[in-house]
Amino acid sequence: MTSKFSRLHRAGTPRAGTPLTGEPSDPSAGQRHTSTASARALQADVGIDRGAFRLDVQVEVEPGQILAILGPNGSGKTTLLRALAGLLAVARGRVTVGGQVWDDAGAGIFVPTVDRAVGLVFQDYRLFPHLSVLDNVAFAPRARGATRTAARTKAIAVLHQLGLSDLTDRKPGALSGGQAQRVALARALASDPQLLLLDEPLAALDARTRLEIRAELRRHLATFTGPALLVTHDPLEAMVLADRILVLEGGRAVQEGTPSAVARRPATEYVARLVGLNLYTGTITDRATRRIELDSGGALYAAGHDPSDTDARILPLNGTRMLVALSPTAISLFTHQPDAGSARNVWSGRIAGMELLTDRIRIAVDGQPDALVDITPAAVAELELHAGQRVWLTAKATEVTAYPDPGHSPVIL
Amino acid sequence: MTQTTAPARGPAPPRAGADVTGRTPWPLAVPAGIAILFLLLPLAAMILRAPWRDLPQILVDTQAVAALRLSLETATTATALSILFGVPLAWVLAKAHFPGHSLVRALVTLPLVLPPVVGGVALLLAFGRLGLVGQYLDRWFGVQLPFSTAGVVIAETFVAMPFLVVTVEGALRSADLGLEEAAATLGSRRFATFRRVTLPLVAPSLVAGSVLCWARALGEFGATITFAGNLPGVTQTMPLAVYQAFETDPPSAVALSLVLLAVSVTVLALLRDRWLNPGTPL
Repeated sequence: MTSKFSRLHRAGTPRAGTPLTGEPSDPSAGQRHTSTASARALQADVGIDRGAFRLDVQVEVEPGQILAILGPNGSGKTTLLRALAGLLAVARGRVTVGGQVWDDAGAGIFVPTVDRAVGLVFQDYRLFPHLSVLDNVAFAPRARGATRTAARTKAIAVLHQLGLSDLTDRKPGALSGGQAQRVALARALASDPQLLLLDEPLAALDARTRLEIRAELRRHLATFTGPALLVTHDPLEAMVLADRILVLEGGRAVQEGTPSAVARRPATEYVARLVGLNLYTGTITDRATRRIELDSGGALYAAGHDPSDTDARILPLNGTRMLVALSPTAISLFTHQPDAGSARNVWSGRIAGMELLTDRIRIAVDGQPDALVDITPAAVAELELHAGQRVWLTAKATEVTAYPDPGHSPVIL
Repeated sequence: MTQTTAPARGPAPPRAGADVTGRTPWPLAVPAGIAILFLLLPLAAMILRAPWRDLPQILVDTQAVAALRLSLETATTATALSILFGVPLAWVLAKAHFPGHSLVRALVTLPLVLPPVVGGVALLLAFGRLGLVGQYLDRWFGVQLPFSTAGVVIAETFVAMPFLVVTVEGALRSADLGLEEAAATLGSRRFATFRRVTLPLVAPSLVAGSVLCWARALGEFGATITFAGNLPGVTQTMPLAVYQAFETDPPSAVALSLVLLAVSVTVLALLRDRWLNPGTPL
C-alpha cells in the first residue's frame, strides 16, 4: 500500500500522457480524458500485495455493462472490489471512473471512499440496524448534504422504483434476507453512484430466494446506466447477471469473455469444474483425425466445434498444445466392453465415487483419462453400479471440443 | 418448581417445553445461595432496624433534603461532564492509533482502582490553592475549587468518569466496523458516521455506562471529603451526611442511608426496563 495519499484535485486538467477521446458520451463527466473507452467507463489496473499474495488485474467496464469477477476463495476478488471502492489503496496501477482518477499509485493520487461516487452492495448487506428502511436509503443523499425532506423524497422514489414501497417503515431486523438484499441495492443506488459494486450479492440467501432475487436483480441492474462490477464464486450467478465474466485465480485474470464463451471453452480446470465440464490438456498428434494425446494419459478424438467459433476451421499444427473439453452428459457408460459403435472415443476405468446432483448422478471414473459422467439415478440402479467397479466410457468425437491452450496468459474470448 | 398436584415420588420427569438441561448442581447452588444472603442481609437489617417512627423528624433535623439535593445535582453534573468528555475519549481510545496509546489507556482508567482518598489528595495537589494548576486558577481568575460545590463535582467526575469511558470504549471496540465502511461508501464523513451510526449503536452501553458513572458519583465519599471537605449545604453530600450522623447519632445515619437506598433502587428500576435488559432491541 502506498502511503502517499492525497486528495484529488477535483476539476483537474488532463495530465500529460493521457490520451483524449474525440467524443465524450457524457458531457457532465467533467474531465474528458479516457483512453479508448467512453467517458463514463471504469478502467482499473489494480496491483496490491497482501503478505505473500499478489493481485494484479486489469478490468475495463463500459457504462451499462456488468462485469462478473468469478473466482474461488482467496483469488483476490474481494480485494479488487475493496480497491475500487477506496477501502484499500492500490500499490501499483491506477483506477479511473468517468475520466476521474480515483487512485494512481504512480502519481500519488488517492480519493478516499467518501469522495468516490461508488455504490457498494456488501455481501452481508450492512444495513444500519437502528434506522428504518427509508432512512437507510436516505442515508447517502443526507450524508452528501441533502435536507432531510429531500433525502427522504429521493429514498421514496428509489424504493418505489425497486418495488419496496411497503417496507419503508420497517427496521432491517424485520426484513427477510431477500428484502434486505433489495434494500441494500436501493441504498447503494440512492447515492447516485458512477460505479456500482456488488460483493456476492446472493450468497447470503437460501437457494429458493436466490432464484427469485437473481431474476429481479438482473432487471434492476439493467436500469443502472454506469459500469457495474459483480464479485461471485457462483458461476450461475455470473452467467445470469453479467454481460462479461473475468475469471480470477491466484490474483490473476485467467480468462475473460462472454458467459457463453467462458462456459463453452473453459481455460482452466477451476472454470471447467465450475461450469461442469471435463477439461484435459494435451498435444495434438494427428491433424487429420484431430487426435489429441492427453497429458494425464490416454487420447481423445476431438471433432466438436461450435458454430459461433470463427477459429474452428483453422487446424492447429501437430504438436500444438490444446485444451479439450467434454461434457459429463456426453459420455456414455457401459459395464461391459461395448461392441463396435460409432463413438470414436472408447476407454475404460474404475468408478471412484458417485455424487447425487439435483436430477442425476455424477460418477467419477478413474481411468485414462479420468472423467466425470452424468447418468440418471434409474440407470445407476439398473446397472448396479458401485465404487471400484470396472466400466467402459464412450464419447462421440463430435462431442469433444478442443482449442489451443492459451498457456499462462489470460484468454480473451 | 414443585407442583402441588405432582405425587412426591422422586424428581418429576421434565415436561414438554421445560428446560431439560437439568437442575443447578449443588456445588454451584450452595455458594450462590450464600452470596445472595450475604448481599441481601445487610439491606434487610437496615430496613428492619430503621427508626421508621421518627423518620420525618430526623430527616428535617439532619438537613437531609439539602444534602440529597446537593448529591443529586453534583452526581448529575459529574455524569454530564463525563459524557461530554468521556465519550470522545472512549472513541479515541477505541479507534485512534497514536504513540503511547496503551499507556494513556492505563492511566485514564487508573481512578477505577485507585483508592478514592488518594484521588482526593492528588486532586488537592493539582487543583488546590497551592496546587499545580490551582495556584494559577486562584491567582489569575480568583477561582478556588477545593471546599466548593464545584470541587465536589470535580472529585466525583475524577472518580466516576472511568466507569463510563471503559463501558463505552468496550462497546465502540466491538461495534461493527463494517457499518462504518458502509457509511463511508455512502459519502458519510467520520464525524457524521460517529454521530449517525456509531453513537446510536452504542447507545445502550452509553446509558449503562452513564448509570454506573452516576451511581459511582452519588456514592463518592473519599475523594470528596479529602478535596471538597464536609460543609453542610455546600459540599456535604449524602454519603458525607451519613458518615457525620453516624458519629453523633446512629439512628439518623440509618434514616439517611434509607433515603440513599430508595434513590438507588428507584433509578435502577426506572432504567432497568428500558435500557438495562440484555437483548432489548434498539
